[in-house]
Amino acid sequence: MITGCKTVKFILVTAVALLLFSCRHLPDIQKATDIPVTGGEAGEIKGFFLLNEGNMGSNKATLDYFDYGSGVYMRNIFATLNPGVTRELGDVGNDIKIYGGKLYAVINCSNLVEVMDLKSGKHIAQIPIPNCRYITFDGGYAYVSSYAGPVELDPTSRKGYVAKIDTLTLSEVATCVVGYQPEEMVVNKGKLYVANSGGYRVPNYDHTVSVIDLSSFQVIKNIDVAINLHRMEIDKYGNIYVSSRGDYYDIPSTVSVINSATDEVVDFLELLPCTDMTICGDSLYVYSTSWNNFTQSNTVSYAIYDVKQKMVVSRNFITDGTEKEITVPSGIAVNPETKEIFIADAKDYVTPGMLYCFTKEGKKKWQVSTGDIPAHIAFTTKELK
Amino acid sequence: MRYLKRFIVLGCFCSLFSSAIVSAQSRDSLYTLDTNRYNTLSTVKVVAERMVKEVMPVQVLSGAQLQKLSAYSVADAVRYFAGVQIKDYGGIGGLKTVNIRSLGSQHVGVFYDGIELGNAQNGVVDLGRFSLDNMEAISLYNGQKSAIFQPAKDFASANAVYMQTKVPLFAPGKRSNFNFGVKGGSFGAINPSALWEQKLSERVSLSASTEYMYTNGRFKFTYQTKGGYDTTQRRHNGDVRMERAEVALFGVTNDGEWRVKGYFYDSERGYPGASVREEPGKFRHQDRQWDDNFFLQASWREKISDFYSLMLNGKYAYDYLHYLSDPREDVSTMYVNNHYRQQEGYFSLANLFNFTKWWSASLSNDFQWNKLNADLADFVYPNRYSLYSAVSTSLSLNRLKLQASLLHTFIKDKTNLESSNRSKFTPSAVLSYRPLNGVDLEFRSFYKKVFRMPTFNDLYYTTIGNKSLKPEKATQYDIGVIYRKSFKEGWLRGLEAQLDGYYNIIEDKIVALPTSNQFRWTMLNFGKVKIKGLDALLQTMVKTGEVDWTLRASYTFQRAEDVTDKTSQWYKGQIPYIPRHSGTAVVSADYRGWNFNYSFIYTGERYDSVANIPENYQLPWYTSDIGVSKSFYFGTKGVESKVLRVTLEVNNIFNQQYEVVQCYPMPGTNFKIKLNFIL
Repeated sequence: MITGCKTVKFILVTAVALLLFSCRHLPDIQKATDIPVTGGEAGEIKGFFLLNEGNMGSNKATLDYFDYGSGVYMRNIFATLNPGVTRELGDVGNDIKIYGGKLYAVINCSNLVEVMDLKSGKHIAQIPIPNCRYITFDGGYAYVSSYAGPVELDPTSRKGYVAKIDTLTLSEVATCVVGYQPEEMVVNKGKLYVANSGGYRVPNYDHTVSVIDLSSFQVIKNIDVAINLHRMEIDKYGNIYVSSRGDYYDIPSTVSVINSATDEVVDFLELLPCTDMTICGDSLYVYSTSWNNFTQSNTVSYAIYDVKQKMVVSRNFITDGTEKEITVPSGIAVNPETKEIFIADAKDYVTPGMLYCFTKEGKKKWQVSTGDIPAHIAFTTKELK
Repeated sequence: MRYLKRFIVLGCFCSLFSSAIVSAQSRDSLYTLDTNRYNTLSTVKVVAERMVKEVMPVQVLSGAQLQKLSAYSVADAVRYFAGVQIKDYGGIGGLKTVNIRSLGSQHVGVFYDGIELGNAQNGVVDLGRFSLDNMEAISLYNGQKSAIFQPAKDFASANAVYMQTKVPLFAPGKRSNFNFGVKGGSFGAINPSALWEQKLSERVSLSASTEYMYTNGRFKFTYQTKGGYDTTQRRHNGDVRMERAEVALFGVTNDGEWRVKGYFYDSERGYPGASVREEPGKFRHQDRQWDDNFFLQASWREKISDFYSLMLNGKYAYDYLHYLSDPREDVSTMYVNNHYRQQEGYFSLANLFNFTKWWSASLSNDFQWNKLNADLADFVYPNRYSLYSAVSTSLSLNRLKLQASLLHTFIKDKTNLESSNRSKFTPSAVLSYRPLNGVDLEFRSFYKKVFRMPTFNDLYYTTIGNKSLKPEKATQYDIGVIYRKSFKEGWLRGLEAQLDGYYNIIEDKIVALPTSNQFRWTMLNFGKVKIKGLDALLQTMVKTGEVDWTLRASYTFQRAEDVTDKTSQWYKGQIPYIPRHSGTAVVSADYRGWNFNYSFIYTGERYDSVANIPENYQLPWYTSDIGVSKSFYFGTKGVESKVLRVTLEVNNIFNQQYEVVQCYPMPGTNFKIKLNFIL
């Protein structure tokens, strides 16, 4: 039995040696990085938040903050500010907006809206909403569009809905079923307009904008617009701009205009393809990356449409050639005070993107590396402490 | 140890184990397999003998060595080879694909009993689906098999994994063998299996094997950060049910052999999905998948004369896949209900010409047809016709061996919209040299160029597919050395060491990354990757008194740089999921029917993106598995023909919480009990 003892001894020695392997150190909390990008500037607008979407299934939605006062870009601040929030910001950040001292981030594949304190960035609450897409606000309520409406007998024809959330209690108080796969929304004079895409029903896209009366929270009208609707902006004259993604084959992307007084389509901007847009004063800033299945290439354009003159006044608002550095634009914003233009570049979607800041004349001011798929920007008049 | 939690063994049971003592993989590669009755030396010795003929780098796990590993599937066993990374989505049912020398899983040819397992749809084979129960040997070849007498397709992949199932062998006077097994344990797993081997005549024998497996796939996992959150959750919807049945006939002819095999596999599984931030318990992932795989394959090899030998191979395969994502089960999901049907027809003729004792040449021609039907919108119903032709020659001089081959690939794709042709020549060259007489030391080197076609999914998957994808080209350079020695006396009985350095270049690399679940991918043209690597393997046999030890260790170094774009911020970043350092160690001890086995796997730090920044950092992981088994022999003294074996395995004994693929947690400590009855 001598060898048997040796075996036992060997096992013991091995076991002890292996105890050394047994405890692995824990992963660190993700650290925010401060990147000075430009000189400090004073103004009403103190900064902006940028939500990086992160590739689906990677739990890599991140939040960045730019501080105008110091000119410092703070990358990936959420986990540092909120180390106790399980699994950080979540999977696929789809929208970010500010309302009443709170910051709301819609995290699509985490099926929740993350609510933070605007001044501190600290987590306040998470509101579970399955397959939530975009958020807008009116009269003390948040409205969140969601793909995940009630399932009818035929699971392929499943409508989306808009959830009404009390911004004081941060809980859902009502829902309203709209069209298929609803996307962006605008609110005007007691009515909410939501663009229905029907993106999951190829080739039977939705083509309507649902109009919800906010007092009754019922759909009062469906406006026939164009297929596969997505973005929505409203100008100061009450005109609503709705983008259609087209079908990626024969039908190109376009923008339609709805008069919110009559709730009818009054204009069809056939030559204004739109991936994303933002309005500032009378200028509607539109960029478009249209992927053509036949040519297998992207056509990128950066246009300004003057909503007063009702005409395209620029076909390339980037005037210094920087557009050649941009691979795939993935977000747009204009500082309402300085009119600086921001364009985000997603690059290959799985490595950090880039944010470009342009002067109102379209000349590059600075650029900074962001998180993965930078896409949504919210300006704040309160400095993040 | 504070993370070590108590687990309950939910069942107990075991696996099938063959009584095969001697097995013929082919007539010229006879080698002994051991089942505890023969000491481990014999295995290694004879495997080593077989490897003398090899000029390409090869690693083999076979017989008892294979069965002793705490492994659920072929994928778990392949982890012990140098140069290999397994992409494992966690749990018994999670997708497991093999990536060799950073070339990517689609550059690995997977062969089942000599004929390649195809998947024209996505080009990868899930090695997690092949159980070890009826496996005799698993071999990994870098480049290609050393033999030139093989189908043209065997020349067509950058690396190859050969799975060899058990071949019926009968002890003198025996006409039938039976092997019943059952295993079970954690994850509510139960896995009964049976094998029947029958000698039909002196020249023909039959083998039939079947198994059933069910697991609820549930396990707990923890996510924790230093000073931050600490959450323990449970993996749901990872259940798997599968049945496998195989029937094969083996025949011997005057100067050759033939085989016919029918294979059937049926399964249903849930997809637990990426584990991301969510309101706990609010939404359940309920995606499901059903698979049916059937194939019938036959091969015949005959030495017609000293000058000429011929080999015929044929196969028909049908694969059915049904994927369902139903919002009635999970409100957060969108409705997806797709059926995919793939067919493959394959025929190969290989000819070997022996001009002299030291010079031979071969000519092989393969034809393959693939077809994919799917109920997707705008689907193009692709058909692919592939013609592979290979000429090769082998020179075997005194100490020098040379091989060269040239493969021509012609591929015609036909969809309901258009058709396209692709044609390409790819060469390979192999050299090996033994500098000293009587010393088993051999230097070897190979060069190989290969390309892989984009798969049907790469090209035609609705919305994701990209018809403009270029084929992916791989060039491999390898230089290595192998040394073997066995001893009759002393404590050291055997030694084998292999060391290979390599340099690979991939151009026009196509990369698929999973999106919301393993089944949906994002296509990327990654461009160019340069890989410098080192594979080291050491195996020793030690005898101390009555205890026989086998010690096996492997180490892999890989520097896989993305060199697509010089202007990119991430130029020369290590490509996703490839650690610079990884290694394995296996210690096995046999003593009077007892076996103790310890296996250790280490995977160094990695990044889940080519942007090698802290946000994409993945901690190293390392797991320790132990197994103890005892064999009881029954029957007449000296010719014990009945064996009962009981095995207990504890995997991940330190309960490390880790991920191989980001957001797909791996199980902590888990148990398995196996019972085998061989008669």
